[in-house]
Amino acid sequence: MSQAAAKRFFIHDLHVKAGARLGAFGEWEVPLYYSSILEEHEAVRTAAGVFDISHMGEFFVTGREARGFLDFLLPRRVNRLVDGKALYAPLLNEKGGIVDDLIVYQIGLEKFLLIVNAGNIEKDFEWIRYYLPTGVTLENVSDQKFLFALQGPRAQEIVEALFHCDFGSLRYYHFLPLKTDWGELFVSRTGYTGEDGFEILGDRPKAGPFWQALFEAGRPFSLRPAGFGARDTLRLEAGMPLYGQDLDDTTSAVEAGLEWAVDFDKQNFVGRERNFREKAAGPSRKLIGFEMAERGIPRHGFTIEKGGRSLGPVTSGGFAPTLKKNIGLGYVPLEESTLGNEFEIIIRGGPVRARVVRFPFYKRNK
Amino acid sequence: MEFPEELKYTPTHEWARREGNRVRVGITCYAQQEISDVVYVELPKPGREAVKGKGLTVVESVKAAFDIYAPVSGPVTAVNQALESEPALVNRDPYGDGWLLEIDLKDPSEWDSLLGASEYQSQCITTH
Repeated sequence: MSQAAAKRFFIHDLHVKAGARLGAFGEWEVPLYYSSILEEHEAVRTAAGVFDISHMGEFFVTGREARGFLDFLLPRRVNRLVDGKALYAPLLNEKGGIVDDLIVYQIGLEKFLLIVNAGNIEKDFEWIRYYLPTGVTLENVSDQKFLFALQGPRAQEIVEALFHCDFGSLRYYHFLPLKTDWGELFVSRTGYTGEDGFEILGDRPKAGPFWQALFEAGRPFSLRPAGFGARDTLRLEAGMPLYGQDLDDTTSAVEAGLEWAVDFDKQNFVGRERNFREKAAGPSRKLIGFEMAERGIPRHGFTIEKGGRSLGPVTSGGFAPTLKKNIGLGYVPLEESTLGNEFEIIIRGGPVRARVVRFPFYKRNK
Repeated sequence: MEFPEELKYTPTHEWARREGNRVRVGITCYAQQEISDVVYVELPKPGREAVKGKGLTVVESVKAAFDIYAPVSGPVTAVNQALESEPALVNRDPYGDGWLLEIDLKDPSEWDSLLGASEYQSQCITTH
């Protein structure tokens, strides 16, 4: 079997020119870091960083029945969205497991944008198409778009300098379609770092000029490029799950702590039954945050044990640069999920003590 | 990038400095740059027997864990305690304050089999 060549970003050469150290992320070859993961992490927490996340997938769902369809497909009240508003939602299967987690944007009453995880583009497309009623069109435009995430406390100043307009009134999980020198852009106040910031979607041919314009506008605000290394440490501190590690087709929304993203008062949506039952009776296992009580770094795939008995897997773990602690996420039986509960992480064959803590581990001061 | 002449090297990017039978071990400047941002160093217990070419300890960066192989055989006689609170010393001063541990050299012929600075340097250039 021959290995397919890794996919590269449209502006791959610009990343390399900026000093990117490359690494694999799914099928993609992506910038892991430019100077240092720790420096880029710090830049996003204190000033601003920009990530090229064009590997993400974009679908348009259009048609008169699009809204009602998405309201059935997703466990959230899509039919209460207004133009310019977005929602985070898990996409559930009939067994209540998570097909993907995505953001749905209402562009108009009959036009919606879904931004989905790169590794799930084909799976999601097939899944949604399976349910697609006549009169609703599903279009995969992932290969035509770029997506940049501008994140950090100075992000607003940068978009204001770039677009010469006020962004103070654009609230979290709202977005603006903008006609610009770089074509039509969607600028949404969303992100995956725990900081304020924007995700900017545009047409791929404009990616290079826009990336460069962003850096020119960002120079007075110490904007720097940030790679997938920092993206992972930032999202972990912010307690945001990563699909494929913390979430998969078998984990329910309730187990994963995503019940806030499920509108249980809605009577009819895919995946309701199991999640409804688990919400009422409690799930058998639960995603918890933990921190190490002894020296050692937990990593994805390690085992959580208590007195030699396996409790479940570490799904994400690592050094938290802002907190200066070693932290992780993992699944344990419900009765082991209480705050302060202690257990062991098996690191290279030996048990290392850890305890359950509240997550998000990091919350910015607003 | 530095490749100090007075040191010996391994193909797995450890350096070794010898004073009598005491061999101080660290990772090379090239290695620290490759793994970047060291955030954890496992320190073996003094007295543990190092076996040339075998995994002896672990250095972890933000992204991953890297095995450190013993350049020579013998008991570990000292470890760099400063790394417990300041693992970034490995990045900042890989040949100085960022040393990892010391081994009491048992067999001097093992020392002679290590790479010289220029040999190691050419390996780094060809693999890069």
